[in-house]
Amino acid sequence: MSSLALIGRDIRLASRGGGNTFLAVAFFATIVTLVPLGIEPVAGLLHAVAGGIVMLCSALAALLSLDNLFQADFEDGSLELLVTGPLSLESLAASKIAAHWFTTALPLLAISPLAAIAMDLPGAGLVGVVLAVALATPAVSAVGAIGASLTLSAKRGGLILPLIVLPLLAPVIIFGAGVVRSKLEGAENGAVLYLSAFSLAAVLLSPFAVAAGLRTNLSA
Amino acid sequence: MLQRDINFSVSSGEILSIHGPNGAGKTSLLRAIAGLLEVPDGCIAFRLHPHDIIANPEERIGMVGWLGHQDGIKGELSLRENLQFHCRYNRCFGSVQDALASLGLADLQDLPAQYLSHGQRRRLAFARLLVNARSLWLLDEPLSGIDSRGKACVRQHIQRHCEMGGIAVVAVHEPLGLKSASLELQ
Repeated sequence: MSSLALIGRDIRLASRGGGNTFLAVAFFATIVTLVPLGIEPVAGLLHAVAGGIVMLCSALAALLSLDNLFQADFEDGSLELLVTGPLSLESLAASKIAAHWFTTALPLLAISPLAAIAMDLPGAGLVGVVLAVALATPAVSAVGAIGASLTLSAKRGGLILPLIVLPLLAPVIIFGAGVVRSKLEGAENGAVLYLSAFSLAAVLLSPFAVAAGLRTNLSA
Repeated sequence: MLQRDINFSVSSGEILSIHGPNGAGKTSLLRAIAGLLEVPDGCIAFRLHPHDIIANPEERIGMVGWLGHQDGIKGELSLRENLQFHCRYNRCFGSVQDALASLGLADLQDLPAQYLSHGQRRRLAFARLLVNARSLWLLDEPLSGIDSRGKACVRQHIQRHCEMGGIAVVAVHEPLGLKSASLELQ
């Protein structure tokens, strides 16, 4: 109940403030349409790189709004208030991760078919892109939240955030690209399973790491 | 920074006002009582019943009514939505309407909170304490920026809270204007 209230509030804030969600979606759409323009028009080349590029773009777009995940609440005193509520820090972290997924990753998922079209992928490739983004974004939100909690009290923490988070997301990029490739080639390569496993593990474990990060920054 | 050798107890129905110059550690002391700040050597405990003593900070933190230095108000949400979220999140069912009305904010309830003045924001932050029935209130400068009528109103609420068996620990600069025990930080 408390978690739902918090997720609902964040969705409402995102829909009113609008800035971060729109920024992430616009960033994603711009990059995935610009990349093909810069790649040599050789048959098959775009197909080969499409998976990796889409995964990287979605991770970068999601990172744009991550730096605000706890920062806004921290700066206006809301985080202290949230902590005095009934949720444990771990549940609070899980709720914020879910809220980030709904406000940033879900819109990215909704426009991910655009990326497939921009990359001139056939129908199977489009399915692969949507599937890869759907499976990868929970991990991006979860791992990203760890970075956001660590950089909470750092001024301009948004700059250091990608440095912390992106290396940890290497498996997401690798397996996500694998998912797209397997759909394109019609051959099963296990990437769906690996990506799902990584996402599941990230979502289950990261609330504990996020809670530790919040605890450190709140008691500073 | 917290000074050494602080020792106090507050019982049900009492107000403790914490005084001291800027930087004396009033806010830190409040945060320590709430469990937001770790106290490396020392003990802070809530006694609910003679044999029910809570010293663990993570448990203490869920029991306090907190009015921090910052207001914790979301400017995108209206006054009512701010309070309604607080109610839903804390699973408390105090009347949002009554709380807003008693602090003179009833006419503004549908206004986005970003248009409030400093004093009005402070009142809205105080209204959160009224909808959530916590018996220990920790208030950091509850009167700052509030006009004289608002101050009287806030005092009245603190007084009533303590008459009903609550406790208020208040960090203040100016005298609180209520009968209270006083703790002076150096």
